[in-house]
Amino acid sequence: MTCSEFLKELTDYLDGVIDAPTRAELEEHLHWCHNCYVVLSTTQRTIQIYRESHLYELPDNLRDRLRSAIMSKCKSHGAKGDKEKA
Amino acid sequence: MPPIQSRVTDTTTDEMALVQAAKAGDVGAFEQLVKRYDRNVFRIAQHITQNREDAEDVTQDAFLKAFENLKGFQEQSKFYTWLVRIAVNEALMKLRRRRTAKTVSLDEDVQTEDDSVPRDVADWSPNPEQLYDQAELKDILQRTIQGLPASFRTVFVLRDVEGLSTEETAEALDLSVPAVKSRLLRARLQLRDRLAKFFRRAKTA
Repeated sequence: MTCSEFLKELTDYLDGVIDAPTRAELEEHLHWCHNCYVVLSTTQRTIQIYRESHLYELPDNLRDRLRSAIMSKCKSHGAKGDKEKA
Repeated sequence: MPPIQSRVTDTTTDEMALVQAAKAGDVGAFEQLVKRYDRNVFRIAQHITQNREDAEDVTQDAFLKAFENLKGFQEQSKFYTWLVRIAVNEALMKLRRRRTAKTVSLDEDVQTEDDSVPRDVADWSPNPEQLYDQAELKDILQRTIQGLPASFRTVFVLRDVEGLSTEETAEALDLSVPAVKSRLLRARLQLRDRLAKFFRRAKTA
């Protein structure tokens, strides 16, 4: 297996959706190719860091404000629908 | 203790009951759905638009649109996947309005020169996030993801941040599974490459 073949399979390997023979080939490649080993481990870290970083969390006060705005629009839309039905 | 499977089924059944009640006009049931997913929708919206005010508008508009179109929801897919699809479309529309000169589309399959070939293969520090304080790290992560094309950013956030499956991501974005996989690989590798300069292991003297 070459490095570019390894890269092509990287996403399936990281997501654990790869067949056993391909997995064995990838793991064999990792034994001797340090560059691909680094790419694999740092890509895993990239995903993990973003997943755990909690960028863009919704603060409670904004959450309450957004929810009441959404619900009041939904209620007026519902009331409009009732009027049209009547 | 009940098996995990039954808990999942309960959540799905409970969600279907809420959706059906909301379809029948129960606004309180819809509010439960808003409470369940507003954080996710806001996060996705801000990842795509990279703008807090736009993310607020998108969150409101997406839920309102979902409410207005609830009768058209066929229940063949999960409510959440359907909602994400609406939110992504709203977010991309916002982005298009902001960048009138630049087309933003999920179909764009931006092929930059060798963007899938890792350039920086230096190993990282064992705990790279500890090299920076929280605010600095947040800034690095935000600036790095901002630099990705919208189509890659969207796939990455749905798949890797929100944890949708590849199939759900494909459904939410109206893309094929191979297209999702190809964008995801390139998004992951580009992010990794860009983060490498911040996280690489310091050279020892």
